[in-house]
Parts: sequence; C-alpha cells; structure tokens
Amino acid sequence: MTTDPAHDQLARVVREHAGRLAAALVRLIGDFSAAEDLVQDAVVAALRSWPVDGIPDRPDAWLFTVARRRGLDVLRRETRYREKLAQVQWPVPPEPDERLRLIFTCCHPALLRSAQVALTLRVVCGLTTAQIGRAFLVPETTVAQRITRAKRKIADAGIPYRIPAGEDLHGRVGEVLTVVYLMLNEGYLSTADAVHSQRLVEDAEWLAALLHELLPDEPEVAGLLALIRLHRARSGGRFDADGGLVLLADQDRSRWDHAAIADAVALLTRAARRHQPGPYQLQAAIVACHAEAARWEDTDWEQIVLLYDMLLHLAPSPVTRLHRAVALRYTAGPAAALRELDDLADRLDGYHLFHATRAGLLRDLGRPDEARSADQRALRLTRNPAEQAILHERLQWT
Amino acid sequence: MKYVLLFVDTEQFSADLEAMTPDDRARAFARVDEWMAEHRHLIRGGSKLQDAHTATTVRLDAPEPIVTDGPFVEGKEVVSGYLEVDVADLDEALRMVRTWPGCPVVEIRPLES
Repeated sequence: MTTDPAHDQLARVVREHAGRLAAALVRLIGDFSAAEDLVQDAVVAALRSWPVDGIPDRPDAWLFTVARRRGLDVLRRETRYREKLAQVQWPVPPEPDERLRLIFTCCHPALLRSAQVALTLRVVCGLTTAQIGRAFLVPETTVAQRITRAKRKIADAGIPYRIPAGEDLHGRVGEVLTVVYLMLNEGYLSTADAVHSQRLVEDAEWLAALLHELLPDEPEVAGLLALIRLHRARSGGRFDADGGLVLLADQDRSRWDHAAIADAVALLTRAARRHQPGPYQLQAAIVACHAEAARWEDTDWEQIVLLYDMLLHLAPSPVTRLHRAVALRYTAGPAAALRELDDLADRLDGYHLFHATRAGLLRDLGRPDEARSADQRALRLTRNPAEQAILHERLQWT
Repeated sequence: MKYVLLFVDTEQFSADLEAMTPDDRARAFARVDEWMAEHRHLIRGGSKLQDAHTATTVRLDAPEPIVTDGPFVEGKEVVSGYLEVDVADLDEALRMVRTWPGCPVVEIRPLES
C-alpha cells in the first residue's frame, strides 16, 4: 500500500488552501456555484503544473491568481460577478468561520447524501471530480452530475450560505458528521483500491480535525475525530506483508501507533467530561477498548458489551446488535451470542458479516458443517477481495 | 424568497383522524390553527383542498385532451392543501415545516421568481 509521497504532499497543500479560497471567493463574489467552479479549475491547473514546476512558495496566492484570471475570463457575460472579482486583490482578508459556512452549505439536509459527500470533498477538501470518482468507484461523469445538480439546487431552492443558528445547529452538525463518517467507512472498508481509500480516510480525519477546531464545544465532533484517529493508529497491523487483511485477534499489536492511540484516548476523555454521550463517542470508546488492550486476551469485553448497550440505546441498529453479539461471545459464551444473532436473521440475512460471525460461533459450538455453509453464504455476499480471501482460507482449513 | 408548501395526506393519516374522538380531533385542529397564527406573518396565501375524490385531471399529451376522474397520480399520498410563504431562505421554510402539527408529509417548493 504505497502512495507517491510527492503526490501526497501536493494533495495536502491543495487541501489546506482550496476550501479557504472557495470560502473567500463565495464571500467576495456572492455566488457559491461560480466561486466553486473557479476553485476547481485552479485545483486542476495546480495538479497539472506543480508536479513539473514544483509547489510555489505561496500556493494560496498561486491558486487565487489562477482562479481570478480564470474568473475574469469565463465570467465575461456575468458582469455582476466579473466586476466584483476584478476588484478583489490578494491577500484576501480571512474571516474566521468561513470554511464552516462552506461545510454547512455542502452538507445541507436538502441535498442527497451522495451529493453532500461529493460536494464536501470537492469544495472543502479540494479534491477533483476524477479523484472523488476513484475513491467511490463511480464514474467521473456521475460525480460531476451530482455536483452540478447539487449546486443548482443550492441556488434555486434558496439553501443559505451560513452557519445554522441556535437550536438548528446541533442537528446540522449531526448531518455534517454523517458525511465525514461515510468517508471513513468508505475509506476503511471500501472495495476501491487501497491508495484512494487511504486518502479518503486521511481526508475524513482532516475534515474532522477542522470541524473540531471550529466547533470545539461539540463532544460528538471530538468523538468522531477520536474514532478516526484510533482506526488510523491501528492501520499498521491491518494488512500483512502480502496486503492480506489480518483479523483483529491475529494482529501484531506492536505495529500499532501507541502514541497516537494515547492521544486519541485523551481527546475522547476530554469530550466525555461534557457528559453528552453520543454514537461517535461510544464507537470511539469501543475501539479504544480494543486499542488499549496489550493482547487480544486482555480485551475488556465486559466494558465493550456495556458500551454497545449504551450505543444501542441511543442508536438502535441490527448491525450494532451484531457487533454486540461478537463481544457477548466472550462474556456470556458462544451459545448466548448465537441466540442473539439468530434473533437478527430476518433483518441481516443479506449481510455477509452476519453469516461470517455465525460461522465462527457455530465452529466454537462444534457444529462445523453448519459453520461451513454459513461461511459459504458470507462468501457469496461480499465483494471485498480482502474479506473474500479470509473466508476462502477459513473454508479451506476448517 | 417565496415557497409553496404542499401538504400531503396519507391513507393512514386520514384513518387516524377518522378514529379520533371528537375532542381529540378538535384539539388536533386547534394545534393547526395555533401553528397558522404563529406563522401568519410569513403566509401569503393558500388553502385546504377538498378531498381527492373531487379532483379531475386533464391530460394534454394525447392527440385529444383526455379528462379523467381523480388526481393526476393515483396513490396513497394526495395533496391536501397548499400555502404560499415568504421567508428568508430554505432554512426558514424548513424551520416552519418542522413544527407543522397536521398531515405527515410536506413538500417545499420555491416559486420561480
């Protein structure tokens, strides 16, 4: 899983500046869609010329100049925007919360989830349409259409460019966090190729960190950031030398980043002091239980089951019950876990992890034939090559 | 910015309303009146519509206009009323609709300016 360091550096520099520039241009010319197009053009130009000429000393000024020149060019007929743009000079005085406004607009609940994700990655993180397509395994034209349609809706339906006030804020933060969480999930579990999914997790972390900086009083923001960091801190153990997925029980824990784990746990602890538990803090706490166990045998399963109970109380979901059943196996035994699992059969029959988990429990209970057929069900239901490899191996040896 | 709120009834909602005691129904209507009063300054017009069985649909995409009895889509959800509102943006329209105490579905549609 190697990435080109020069390219990573480039993507990081773009990410650092693209959102700020987009936010500043929306403010200055007063049109979200036009401003976004100019920034995207500048980003594409940067990705073309920086690998050849090197990253300029002031990448922000470079991007601004290209966007402005491009704007004066393409906005020839849109005299309104053009005149405003002509008056804008570098450096643009920054406004503290500008990128936050951008994020809330991109993640507005009146937009389709897929459009929220695409728009956020493009506008806030400075990804190109092509990069977003590769990360989600969808054609570039599909991403472009989603973005065009979303921008048209923002303009025509009167979606405001502002930070939601008062009681609206909390719910809208949840909407933004869902978008970031989707990036994490897609990047972490995705069927896309490793390099692009790793970048997606990086972008999710970056975005969560930005949100945490801008909304330091929202414990769920800190919770999601801690969750992402805990996942990333353990990524060194997730794959073996051949790129095969390694199950948690078999991972070499010395390859985890223990300093990063300690930092994430400290972040989570600070958030928990506000006594406003939420699904992200709880998920992070569960991952922290695993991350802090020196060996698989040291895992605090009692605590994990308790955390799952709290999570189910706040956000009931059959998939969460499935995960809880996995932990239950170590506190109450495989028979109890299997009973809990079989309760979910009607709702999770199409989910490969349901059958894979069932197979494990059946094996523990000395029912190998049923276990094999459950594994075969799981295999037919997953398209993730890493998971397929593990299931194949299990079917071969047991 | 001007929007139309399209209020949509479902079969379930109508049945629930039917099943209420007269007192409960009166209270439900009173909640709607309260909501109307609270948002009076934003409402520019609108009305409750008569039942879907009173609807007549004319299709003009055939060689001759075709007149049929009933709403343009036959379904479990029917438009039962509309309001035109004048608000700052979609967020203000959303805030309004979130507290709507009547039928279970509301579509928010901006007017062409």
